[in-house]
Amino acid sequence: MIAQNVAFWVIALAMAGAAIGVVRSRDIVRAALYLVVVLAGAASQYILLAAEFVAWVQVLIYIGAVVILFLFGIMLTRSPMQTETELDNDQRWPALVVAVFLLGILVVLFVDAFGDQTIALNDELVATGRAASVGSSIFRQYVVPFEVVSMLLLAALVGAVAIARRD
Amino acid sequence: MQLNQFLLLSAFLFCTGVYGVLARRNAVLVLMSVELMLNAVNINLVAFSAFSNTVSGQVFALFVITVAAAEVGVGLAIVLLIYRNLQSPDLDTIDQLKG
Repeated sequence: MIAQNVAFWVIALAMAGAAIGVVRSRDIVRAALYLVVVLAGAASQYILLAAEFVAWVQVLIYIGAVVILFLFGIMLTRSPMQTETELDNDQRWPALVVAVFLLGILVVLFVDAFGDQTIALNDELVATGRAASVGSSIFRQYVVPFEVVSMLLLAALVGAVAIARRD
Repeated sequence: MQLNQFLLLSAFLFCTGVYGVLARRNAVLVLMSVELMLNAVNINLVAFSAFSNTVSGQVFALFVITVAAAEVGVGLAIVLLIYRNLQSPDLDTIDQLKG
């Protein structure tokens, strides 16, 4: 239990620092690479929670595909690579106030609602996170949402090509 | 492990994403901040799934990941179109409805 907690806090601190890097970095490519750190940290938190299938899907789709898409987006829009304040608008302080206010509300709510609940890490939980159990849940209990999501992906694919096409 | 530590981490990531969406001007960076917020939600879903020892939360996290991938694809296509029409990826330049 101690080792998991230490791992959690080390990864969580890295994720928090990298998340601030994503929203504060002046270099847009560096912001994308900070996003990789956050996504990889999230994958490791899933592993700590014994959700191994979700963790590897996270690595494949987010780090493998989404970040590459972002880098393509940066290149194709010729975003400014090295600038001073061009990437931010002038709402920085109101945005900070909103974010801190929201964080305060969430922290108070979470501490009040789930003060001393613990997650029991045991073999049963490890069995829950396996691909076999996730797969059988998707294809039995959640088969209709699964089909809807596949239609959504198809629509998004066609839509992206139709929007970005040059004619 | 406490359930709260995961919830607080995801609350922090979500609020960082909110700040990014509000304070960034470049459209690609706004999309990145949206990804931060979606990831915070995913951490919550998986943490609650482990807390209640049911697989539903993980299945929903997979659905969120799929929808996020679709969102990034369409979002970047829109950003590309805006860039082609306005020669700038800045969201502040899209003000044609402004009087």
